Amino acid sequence: MSGVPGAPSLPRVLAGVAERGSLDLSAHLEVHGPAPELAPGRRGRPGELVDEVERAGLRGRGGAGFPTALKMHAVAGARGRPRGRTVVVNALEGEPASRKDRALIAGAPHLVLDGAVLAARAVAAGEVVLCVSESAVETLDAALRAGAERRVLRERVHVRVIAVPDGYVGGQESALVQHLNGGPPLPTFTPPMIFEQGVGGHPTLLSNAETFAHVALIARHGGAWFRSLGTPEHPGSALVTLGGPVPRPGVYEIEHGVPLRSLIEAAGGLEEPLRAVLVGGYAGTWIDAVHAGTLTLDDVGLGAHGASTGAGVVLLLGERPCPVAETVRVAEWLAGESASQCGPCEHGLLAVARGLRLWAAGAAGESGAAEQRRLASVIRGRGACRHPDGTLRFAASAIEVFGAEFEDHGAAGPCDGCGAPGVLPLPRPSRAPRAPRARAARRTSRPARAPARAAR
Amino acid sequence: MTLLASTSAYWYLTRSTGAVALLLLSATVALGVVDLRRFASPAWPRFAVDELHRNLALLTLVFLLLHILTSVLDSFAPISLTASVIPFAGSYRPFWLGLGAVSFDLLLAVTITSLIRRRIGYRSWHAVHWLSYAAWPVALLHGFGTGSDVKSSWLQLLSAACVLLVLVAVLVRIGWRTTGSPHARGAALAGTGAFALFLAIWLPAGPLGSEWARRSGTPSTLLGKAKRGSAHR
Amino acid sequence: MSRNLHVRVDPITCEAHGMCAELLPEMVSIDEWGYPIVDGRRLPEALVRHAERAVRACPTFALLVEQRAGRERAR
Repeated sequence: MSGVPGAPSLPRVLAGVAERGSLDLSAHLEVHGPAPELAPGRRGRPGELVDEVERAGLRGRGGAGFPTALKMHAVAGARGRPRGRTVVVNALEGEPASRKDRALIAGAPHLVLDGAVLAARAVAAGEVVLCVSESAVETLDAALRAGAERRVLRERVHVRVIAVPDGYVGGQESALVQHLNGGPPLPTFTPPMIFEQGVGGHPTLLSNAETFAHVALIARHGGAWFRSLGTPEHPGSALVTLGGPVPRPGVYEIEHGVPLRSLIEAAGGLEEPLRAVLVGGYAGTWIDAVHAGTLTLDDVGLGAHGASTGAGVVLLLGERPCPVAETVRVAEWLAGESASQCGPCEHGLLAVARGLRLWAAGAAGESGAAEQRRLASVIRGRGACRHPDGTLRFAASAIEVFGAEFEDHGAAGPCDGCGAPGVLPLPRPSRAPRAPRARAARRTSRPARAPARAAR
Repeated sequence: MTLLASTSAYWYLTRSTGAVALLLLSATVALGVVDLRRFASPAWPRFAVDELHRNLALLTLVFLLLHILTSVLDSFAPISLTASVIPFAGSYRPFWLGLGAVSFDLLLAVTITSLIRRRIGYRSWHAVHWLSYAAWPVALLHGFGTGSDVKSSWLQLLSAACVLLVLVAVLVRIGWRTTGSPHARGAALAGTGAFALFLAIWLPAGPLGSEWARRSGTPSTLLGKAKRGSAHR
Repeated sequence: MSRNLHVRVDPITCEAHGMCAELLPEMVSIDEWGYPIVDGRRLPEALVRHAERAVRACPTFALLVEQRAGRERAR
């Protein structure tokens, strides 16, 4: 883990980690200094910190990119007494290709907790809950150790570490809150939004772990300092997880706007020619390699290609693997990760994956692309969360970028590369498909189709 | 010993409204169980079938209330209002009458929750609605146990219709592939079979057997000599 | 005096009973899996009563009529 050379004030959130490994409390204080005392939030009025975060233009690092100051304002200004408000640190990192939150908690847990505690004071919350995936044993250890170490600080904010069951949709905001409220880790219908009614029914500030790390630094150095890196439209630094055919894949801290080229160089350069890059994870967007030379890692540069930084996953795909087979594999995995709460997602993503598989096998006739477009228009926006939309975006961008390969497969069936083991990372072993929610008999005008039925 | 005859209009009304209520209840339950919505057609859209179920349920309640009212007003058998809602509190065939009260209470719970559905939410409403599976057999047994017409052919026909309606509906629902898990369906089938078996064994030995009026707890003051009256026990 | 009303379905609670599409076909159609596709545009005043009936008919209370602030922006 290191900063990309050429940006003298990097690393920021990863400062000291490369040299010292994991920063315990004293190392953390040495590297960053103590957290400042800022005017706390009172009923209806947010604390001083929120102004700085607003000046900084910090956006959430969990995938949605929502402006953090807006969230903090919403929670601080929520109706009712501040009692019971909670700050939730989302370090679940259910995105299979992402490693940054794990790395951050392992390396600089106190920076994350600083940010969460500072944010808690700013929105008048009394508790911080750090949520880690229960299978990420090292991360959990580091979090628990850090939580224990902080007792000496006698912060008036109570810090708790929670292990949460694995699952892709479990990291979604409302799903995590529902889990903390004792329910299943599945998304809920909104409104009410969690900044009005979250953990325990109280206003809740929930953000990604990395977001809080930035908050901790903004509190120390100010919003203007934050903006001294990055671009005016997309300021600051960020963690990215770089994957693919490079000698040193892993977590890097970049400044927004850095060319993709530089990141690849810092990782040791390409080991094979590039075919495409997937930005944002499996709910993200494919970009053709022809653009890789000029592509910059910021929302404006990526936005020109229909992408955004999201949770900072950058997956390089070389020319060797079959992109069609990879797309099908991931689409099937995504379909299996549906919470199965909403019909259009549960049935729709299965249909998308099935359609892609048929197309890749040359069994879709002329209609492979048309069928995908039709399904996308039927499914889009009809789930309770953004999971189906993310899958559709992933599939649509794959079809566009790998148009030639899809056409070949549609005409001639599987290629030599189709049987090879996949390169795009998926959890091993993959989760058992969730049993359909036990309902009273599905009252559709046609009997429900069993998902496993093979198409003719 | 036979039951003394009563020429009171209420006595006739209570038996007839009771029979009709049982028939309506059976139709309501059968409709609900078989989930006719899955068989909906353009001429019979789902919302119409749904409303039919609701309306039948309301009609059942009307007849049920009439049945209770007339049985209380009737002077022949000492049935108080309390006995009709508090189970086993009466002196006339206390157990079998009590079953009627139980059934009424269950249906009352189902009705009230249905009226305040929106307030209590779908889950709670649905959970209470399951009580209707209990209300029906209880009502049926109440009818067999207290009914003084049990040996008459019209009532036997009607009762057979009621039982068939519901049992067939349950079998259709169990047979439908997408209903619940195999375990749930197996359990439902077993329960249904057990209930049918119970009826087949108990009816001849009980209400259809001899001296049922006395055995079921009719107060002795109402039991007369064998040759009296045309209204049978 | 026209209200800015919209029809919406809670996709988690929805179990594809399909009454909404029968009672409000102008705003609700059914997809290939039996689930409702709701027109997100403003609910015309003439359909409000029908929409309310559809809301009452939904067995799982998944159909909602919401009031939104302000006027519908021209698309």
